[in-house]
Formats: sequence, structure tokens, C-alpha cells
Amino acid sequence: MNIDFISLVQISIAAVFINNFVLSRFLGLCPFFGVSKKLSSAVGMGMAVIFVMTVASMITWIIFHYLLVPYEVDYLRTIVFILVIASLVQLVEMTLQKFSPVLYDALGIYLPLITTNCAIMGVAVLNAGKNDFTQEPYSFIESLVNGIMSGIGFTLALVLMAGIREKLELANIPRPLQGLPIAFVTAGLMAIAFLGFSGLNFFK
Amino acid sequence: MIKEELKRGIIAENPILVLALGLCPALAVSTSLQNGLGMGCAATFVLICSNIIISLIKKWIPEKVRIPCYIVIIATFVTIVELTLKAYFPELNNQLGIFVPLIVVNCVILGRAEAFASKNNLGRSIIDGFVMGLGFTLALCILAIIREVLGSNKLWGLKVFPGFRPMTIFILAPGGFFTIAFVMAMINYFRQKKEGGQS
Repeated sequence: MNIDFISLVQISIAAVFINNFVLSRFLGLCPFFGVSKKLSSAVGMGMAVIFVMTVASMITWIIFHYLLVPYEVDYLRTIVFILVIASLVQLVEMTLQKFSPVLYDALGIYLPLITTNCAIMGVAVLNAGKNDFTQEPYSFIESLVNGIMSGIGFTLALVLMAGIREKLELANIPRPLQGLPIAFVTAGLMAIAFLGFSGLNFFK
Repeated sequence: MIKEELKRGIIAENPILVLALGLCPALAVSTSLQNGLGMGCAATFVLICSNIIISLIKKWIPEKVRIPCYIVIIATFVTIVELTLKAYFPELNNQLGIFVPLIVVNCVILGRAEAFASKNNLGRSIIDGFVMGLGFTLALCILAIIREVLGSNKLWGLKVFPGFRPMTIFILAPGGFFTIAFVMAMINYFRQKKEGGQS
């Protein structure tokens, strides 16, 4: 298997900036608004998402291409992927608890939330479908890179948002806009900034 | 009683606009009324069916593995929806894209399973699924109407105002955030006004 580094770089940049999971694909919005009130918890959540996303994109790729496609049961994709992700999150939680209590203390409370994070399911489904570059499913390495980089893109957006929201706490906001509405406006402004990256045209 | 339930699902506990659940599909597919309505119906179907099954078998589900059980039940109905859309509405299926399989992680559905269907009987669970689904669909339609009219000057694919230049940003990602922000702010404004008037 030959690895094309140029295409890996393209996938990375597209996943972090152009098709940022939160700000242009609308995936993982619930944790994005739920956990972005404090910078420290945003970093913890981001790390947990990167970790689970990377492992999930590897495992779902293997299951999809070596189990579902050869036996022609790819319509079971949704059920199989969500089960894999749910059990994976459980497994990661138990492993961390046993072998790395420090990491468990940092990430522990965010892990159960990840099962219903649509970003994880989204990356698995996207990896199984046609990609934006060559209109063919990603190879294993490409899926892996896409998983890591999508997680990093999610974390980037989450951390930026948390930084802004910490400042917003001190601002004088009209009463109807307080809380979620102003967070949505902030996200909209960030999304406009990220629209600028769509000028980087890699897609064929 | 039905009237109270309807009011609860659509206004007091509207899943999207008040509880802020299920935001991902709400913002991603509300670019046109057709997509919004399609997604709303698909999610409502899954919500009612999963509520029925979960309220019927809640006695046999062990406490510790209840979440995986709910997820498998929901995923089964999502697969049914996926295959039906593929067969009969291929165009809508292409428009909704990955958000059809992602109904499975819609927090509205899992939330109702956990908070309502696992504790209540069959009849009430069906009603709850119906009103919550209706609230979800209506909120989706409101967002979709605003975005489609402002973003492409169309409604259900038909032109609305002659001579109005559409603002494309409303059908792109930022417009979704702005629209939901202003709809939520309006709801807050009227609620606060009402509360202020009473006290």
C-alpha cells in the first residue's frame, strides 16, 4: 500500500479548517454548546473526543470493509457503528480507570457523553461513504488521518468558543439574548470566519 | 389532556427551541422547507416507534445495559427509515445525506426514551412521542422557512418576493446559527415580558 502524503495533508487541512465538524458540517453541536462554558472542561472534552474518534474511525473502518462489505450486509451500518461506538466508549472508560487513573480523572466525566456525540458517528459514516476528493471510500490510513484531524478540528472550535464565552460572562448582554442565543450568534460569527477557508480549493 | 400535552410538546418543552436538544439535524437540514419537513417526519416516526417498543419492554431491560438497549432499538427504526427513503424518496435521501443515519444519535429520541418511555405506560408514551415529534418538526419548519425565504427567496421550491435579492449566507452554516439565535431570543423576549407583566 503506497501512502500519498500530499493527499493526507489535504485531508488534514480539509478536516480541520474547510469542513470543520462544528462550524461547517453542524456535527457535535450538543457538546459544543453544553461543555463550552469553561476553558478547562472544553480542553478535557476535546481530548476525549480526539481519542475516541481516532480509535472509532480505525475500528469501524476495519469492520465495514472486512465484515459488512464482503458479506453484503452494509445496510446494517447504522446499527453496527453505534454499537461499536457505545461499547468502545465503555471499554475506553474501563481501561483508563484501571491503567491510568490520572487520565481517567481528567476525561472520565466526558466519556459517557461521547456515545451520543454525533461527531463520532458522523466520522464513521463519512469514512464509509464516498469522500470529497476522489469520490471513493477512504483507505485505512486516510480514515485514520481523517479521524484524528476531525477530532482536532472539533477541539479547536470548542476551545475557541470556550475562550470567548468566558469573556462573554462579563459582558453586558440584552436580557433576551443571554445564555444560549448569544452563544449561537458567537458560533455564527466564528462560522463566517471559517467560511474564509473554503477559498483553499482542494476538491476535484 | 391532549391539548395540554400538545402545548407542552410544542411550546413549554419544545425540544429544539427551549430544551436545545437535537441541534445538529435542526441546523444542518433546515436549509429548505422540504428538507426540514422530511427530517421532522423521519425523526417523529423513529421517536414514536422507539417510545412504543421501549415502554412495552421496559420491565425486561436490566438497569445497567439500558442505554445500549435503547440505542439498538432506535438504530433498528433508523435503518427502516433509511431503506424506505432510499427506495421511495431518493432525492430527499441525497439532500439529507449523512443526517439520516445520524438520527440514531439525535438526543431528542434518546432523551425521551430515557426520561419518559422507560417510566410511563404505552398510551402516554405514544402521545409523548407524537407531541415531542410534532414540536421538533414545527421548530424545524420555522427555521427552514426563515432560512429558505431569506437565503434563496424561495418557499417549497417556489419564488416568493419578486425583486428581492436573496442573502446566500442564510443557507450556509453561519445563517443557521444566526437564525436559531434570533428565534430563541424572540421566545425569551416574549417569555420575559409575560413574566414581567405578572409579577
